[in-house]
Amino acid sequence: MDFSVPAVLPYHIKSRAKMDNEKTHIIPYKTILYVLALLITLTLTSVAVTQIYLGTLTVAIALVIACIKSSFVLRIFMHLKFENKIYILAVVAVVLVLCFVIILTLLDYLYR
Amino acid sequence: MNMAADTHRDDLASKTGMWLFLFTEMLLFGGLFVVYTVYRYRNPEAFHLAAKELSVFIGTLNTIILLTSSATIAMSITAIQKNNKKLALVLAGITILLGLAFLVNKYFEWGEHIREQIYPGSSVLALRGQGDVLFYGLYFFMTGLHALHIIIGLVFIGIVTGKITRNKITFDNYVLLENSGLYWHLVDMIWIFLFPLFYLIT
Repeated sequence: MDFSVPAVLPYHIKSRAKMDNEKTHIIPYKTILYVLALLITLTLTSVAVTQIYLGTLTVAIALVIACIKSSFVLRIFMHLKFENKIYILAVVAVVLVLCFVIILTLLDYLYR
Repeated sequence: MNMAADTHRDDLASKTGMWLFLFTEMLLFGGLFVVYTVYRYRNPEAFHLAAKELSVFIGTLNTIILLTSSATIAMSITAIQKNNKKLALVLAGITILLGLAFLVNKYFEWGEHIREQIYPGSSVLALRGQGDVLFYGLYFFMTGLHALHIIIGLVFIGIVTGKITRNKITFDNYVLLENSGLYWHLVDMIWIFLFPLFYLIT
């Protein structure tokens, strides 16, 4: 429609990228170290809990702790908390696809 | 093309591209987790006994090493954003050393299994039955694929470290460092799930 757009586009995007850089969120060292301490604590907790016999509950607890740990890695280390919400939406979509596949596969094996 | 097109860069697009790639990685390992779930469901007793033979100590140690390396690469990004090149280099260097330490532990761990004649295709392992063959097949394949990712991540961070040294990555142009960090965190996250599945749940 408008042929002048491609010529203008690089400047336009460049200036926008610059704006994005300006409002960049910097994660303080302290936050990262706190999260690291929390992650190590959760790791040791999951080791301790699984050494006690809790039957099938062991699997659930170990996996819930793993999920909590990865949510911290995703949100803080991978910066998702401070990015555009579309990234979180995409990650959630991928996780849902995985859950869907696992549930479907298990339904097949449990009831065949 | 004009000069602006040559110097043009789009950090947002680079990061989005990296995320899209990470999604394919998640689905790759996700597929393997599905295989693990089904095999475990079909061979509960064998998986229970085989998992007990893995060293929880080495597994925990490697988990802490990887978590710490994730923190150091994240802090390296903070350092470059604050225009502290020296600290960014030191932290990226520590990340590489921790990644190497992980691989060294893995080497001793695998070495121990192989000395006991436990590896895919081993006749000693075959005698122990189908469940053990499946457990150790998955163990070697999944931790092996993960170790391959560690090696790729180390090369990636190594290249990025070189670029920081040559001022190709600076406080106002660090998206490559961020992307190497994203990759490293993903590798860390995969281990967060591998660790309980192989070492803890017995």
